Order: sequence, then C-alpha cells, then structure tokens
Amino acid sequence: MKVTVHVHRRPDIADPQGTTVARALRDLGYENVGKVRINRTIELDVQGTDPAVVEAEVRTMCERLLANPVMEDFEVVIG
Amino acid sequence: MKAAVIVFPGTNCEHDAVYALASVGVDAELVWHRETDLSGFAGVILPGGFAHGDYLRTGAIARFSPVMTEVERLAGAGVPVLGICNGFQVLCEAGLLPGVLLQNAGLRFICRPVHLLVTSTDSVLTRAARIGQVLEIPLNSFEGNYTADPITFAHMQETGRVALRYSNAAGEVTEKANPNGSLGNTAGITNRTGNVAGLMPHPERAIEDVLGSSDGRVLVESFALSMSLAHA
Repeated sequence: MKVTVHVHRRPDIADPQGTTVARALRDLGYENVGKVRINRTIELDVQGTDPAVVEAEVRTMCERLLANPVMEDFEVVIG
Repeated sequence: MKAAVIVFPGTNCEHDAVYALASVGVDAELVWHRETDLSGFAGVILPGGFAHGDYLRTGAIARFSPVMTEVERLAGAGVPVLGICNGFQVLCEAGLLPGVLLQNAGLRFICRPVHLLVTSTDSVLTRAARIGQVLEIPLNSFEGNYTADPITFAHMQETGRVALRYSNAAGEVTEKANPNGSLGNTAGITNRTGNVAGLMPHPERAIEDVLGSSDGRVLVESFALSMSLAHA
C-alpha cells in the first residue's frame, strides 16, 4: 500500500530556509511573494490490506521518528 | 572512574573529547553506538559530528541507536551525560533535554569563536564555573538555533536550566551577540536534575592556550567534578 506522509514545520516555529527562499524570490523580482515554508514529503510502501490499520501504524512511525512534535505537524495520506 | 564517549557513524569529535577529558584527569573510552551495556561508566559524552549523516533531522536516527537505551538509563540514574554540538541535538531528539535545534537564522554555517555567559552553575556543564563568568569557545554548526515552546522555556529560565547564553566579550546578552537566532541567546541547557546537559559550542576544542583559548577547560572540569561527585 502506498502511503504519503507530509511533515510541516509548525506555524509558530521559524523556518530559516523558507525565509531565505522568500527573500531570493523577491530578489528575482517576484515581489508578490509573501511567506514561504519548506516542508517534507515522505513516500512509503507498507505491506497491509486494511487502510485503517496501516494508517494507524504510519501515524505511530511519524510520532516516533518521521516528525518531531516540538517543531513539526504531520499528515498521513493513504494511496 | 571512566567516561564513555559515544561514536555514531558520522561522529567526528570523539578524539577531541577523549583528549579533553584526559587533560583533566578523566580516563575515557570510545564506545560504538551499537553497544548495549554501559555499566561501569561514570559519565557519558555524546560528541560532535553528523551522526547518521544528520538524515531526516539532526539526531533523529541517532536517538534510536542501540546505545541510547543505556544512555537514557544512566541519565535517569543521575549519571552525568553531556551532549556537545551534534550530541546536544541527539539529546533533544531523545527527549532527555527539552526543545530542538533549528537551522541557523540566515542559513549560515557558523565556524568561529563566540562568547558565552555562565548563567547557572547547578549542572554537570557549569559546576566548576561561576555565574557571570564569560568564556570564549568555538562554535561550529549549521543547526544551532535553539528553540522551545514558550511555556517550557519560561520554566527553564525560572529554574536555572539555561546554563550558558551567547553574549559579547563584556558578558552582555544582546541580540547582536546572538550568532544563530537561538531563543533567549541560549547556548547550553540542562535537564531538571542538572545531570544531563547540552551545548552547541565546543569546549573540548578550547582547553589549551595553543588552541586559541583554554576557556572550555572549566566546562570539562565541571563534567569531571560531576562524575566524581555522582560516583562518590
């Protein structure tokens, strides 16, 4: 089963990379660019037939390793 | 009384740590990250480097290395545990210290001496120092921008868990003296009981005048003193 995990930096946490990219885009003349946030997408192949079971397992993987709750939120998408 | 200096794949400051400990009379041994028994060690140092390539997040993979179960056990038993630079990041990921290290504000890799103000002496990191002392120690990192949620950080400050803050040479904690954007100029912190500590700068690289500074020595001595106190 294909599973996609989106890891986002929490809104209250600074994103120096996003800030730098926003500045570079404005330097290129795109003055309409406001805030930029750089996030992470992780694609997994997971064995299993029950989407609910797989989703629960991947959520646990996120909590343990794939995301750090101090600075990140995550979203699990099955399929 | 021996200290364990943990080596992950990608660690690169382990020999400096062993040398610095030896210079204050502490025998230290390199311990590979797959070891599962640290009994017999009276202190643990997680040195700098790029453990597991810093993949995913700094410290994220290292925190699950087999040896970390033992590091957590010793930390819970009051044994002195110190994380330097990448080791600090590993301790944060492991939940042994609060907060996290983000990329430096401005996305610059910083490699230069910085000044640190000692703001608490109740820890394995600063026990031999005095409050108000200013130390010049090299900083060498890309992800050194400390942050924690506001409630946790306020509590840390109230309880003296922020042990070292970036300052100018006069010991003034100013925005200009903050090299990487760290919350409250935080350079080094401790856990509630003071036996687990982490800092981004490298005291082990500033222990002899020939290295440009010997100001890091008092922090290494603090660790050695804490080991003998905990061991006694």
